[in-house]
Amino acid sequence: MSEIPGDLKFQRSHEWARLEEGGRVTVGISFHAQDQLGDVVYVELPTVGDHFEQGAGCAVVESVKAASDIYAPVSGTVIAINEALADAPETINADPWGEGWLFALKIDDAAQLDGLLGPDDYAQAVEEDAH
Amino acid sequence: MSQQTVLNATHRAAGARMVDFGGWDMPIHYGSQVDEHHQVRRDVGMFDVSHMTVIDLHGARTRDFLRRLLANSVDKLKVQGKALYSCMLNEEGGVIDDLIVYFLGEDFFRIVSNASTRDKDMAWIEKVAADFGVRVVERPELALIAMQGPNARAAVLAQVAESDRAAIEALGKFVAVDAKGTQGEALFVARTGYTGEDGFEIVLPQEHAVALWNHLAEAGVKPAGLGARDTLRLEAGMNLYGQDMDETVSPLEAALGWTIGFDEGRDFIGRAALEAQKAAGVPRRMVGLLLEDKGILRHGQRVVTAAGDGEILSGTFAPTLGVSIAFARIPAGEPGEVGVDIRGRIVPARIVKYPFVRDGKPVE
Repeated sequence: MSEIPGDLKFQRSHEWARLEEGGRVTVGISFHAQDQLGDVVYVELPTVGDHFEQGAGCAVVESVKAASDIYAPVSGTVIAINEALADAPETINADPWGEGWLFALKIDDAAQLDGLLGPDDYAQAVEEDAH
Repeated sequence: MSQQTVLNATHRAAGARMVDFGGWDMPIHYGSQVDEHHQVRRDVGMFDVSHMTVIDLHGARTRDFLRRLLANSVDKLKVQGKALYSCMLNEEGGVIDDLIVYFLGEDFFRIVSNASTRDKDMAWIEKVAADFGVRVVERPELALIAMQGPNARAAVLAQVAESDRAAIEALGKFVAVDAKGTQGEALFVARTGYTGEDGFEIVLPQEHAVALWNHLAEAGVKPAGLGARDTLRLEAGMNLYGQDMDETVSPLEAALGWTIGFDEGRDFIGRAALEAQKAAGVPRRMVGLLLEDKGILRHGQRVVTAAGDGEILSGTFAPTLGVSIAFARIPAGEPGEVGVDIRGRIVPARIVKYPFVRDGKPVE
């Protein structure tokens, strides 16, 4: 298990969210999620300008094995997508916490982040899933 | 509790991701399914397929029995060791299973069939065999290891006794021969496989399987999981039982017409139903699809054609091609422009001939 960066917040469905300057929230999937999926071969991303409520399906990550829906960890408007994934979806396997980010939202209400899991709680949730 | 092959602990020690496959705890990959796929296409990989069912048939009337049991004509098997792919049908012409049968003597044939169908296969075979006085012996104590890829031959040759190497070297495609391993253990070596590459499948007593696997690994042969096996076989245009056909589908609707032996006067089970279906017109057909757009074809997706809706059977990302391919069953008739419903969006797909990949190279 790769070490979880301390500045991330998590949904139980394995998306991470990182609050950056100006209310920008970058979203990706966890090391555990990409490990479960196996080789990622295709990513369907939202369009810049789309607005999603927290928990809404907004992207799909597909491995050879299966398609996995990605849910918005917070409510917000899409302000950037990781276009490099179109040609190199395997980046999600290689660097899920960094270069493998999916998209960024402008968050509607920063307080929503407080309701997500911290790194330790998420690690514990993954641990529980394994048993 | 799922069943385990004798190599289970070996897979786990190698870091395999294990999944349930038809009631068996099997490796899906050992790190990267895509890397394992390429490994087999470009070099050689080994698969544990010991979960498959090995059934030996003994008796003077075994050939007669197989003429009745199998849709393909066992009379094509004239030379000892030769193998034949066939479906086993019910009276309605539906596929009970697909299998390989080996001709080992007039009173001795061997069937290798699927893992998840073991119980119903055994029940059916025993039922039909009773009329022919054929003894049906399942061989769960045998392990099965497949070595597949352009360099499979060299890998296998290194694992057989010196005195048997010439025979293995001369072994034709779809032929099997008895041989001895380097420790003198009995091997049944068949030049068969499920990847579209040259390759061999070795049946051996399971107490020798871990040693053989380890010797192959020491010689540099990398393990490959069932994930790679699935993408390799689909690229090679090979059906998967349970996904591409089952008891509700006739071989004529599963692109397996080439495996039916309509020899004069041979009364195989399902023949009348197949002939009736042919006379009335086969209502559905199986085609290969290629997605030129981005996206992945998956089992169960709706296929839209001018002749009506069909569905994706096996669908996946094809690592050799870098695009998604599938088998689909669609209504008979002119399909026109074909689209696939991927999460509510109709994405254009193209009907293509398959195999999609032959001898490691894209066919188109």
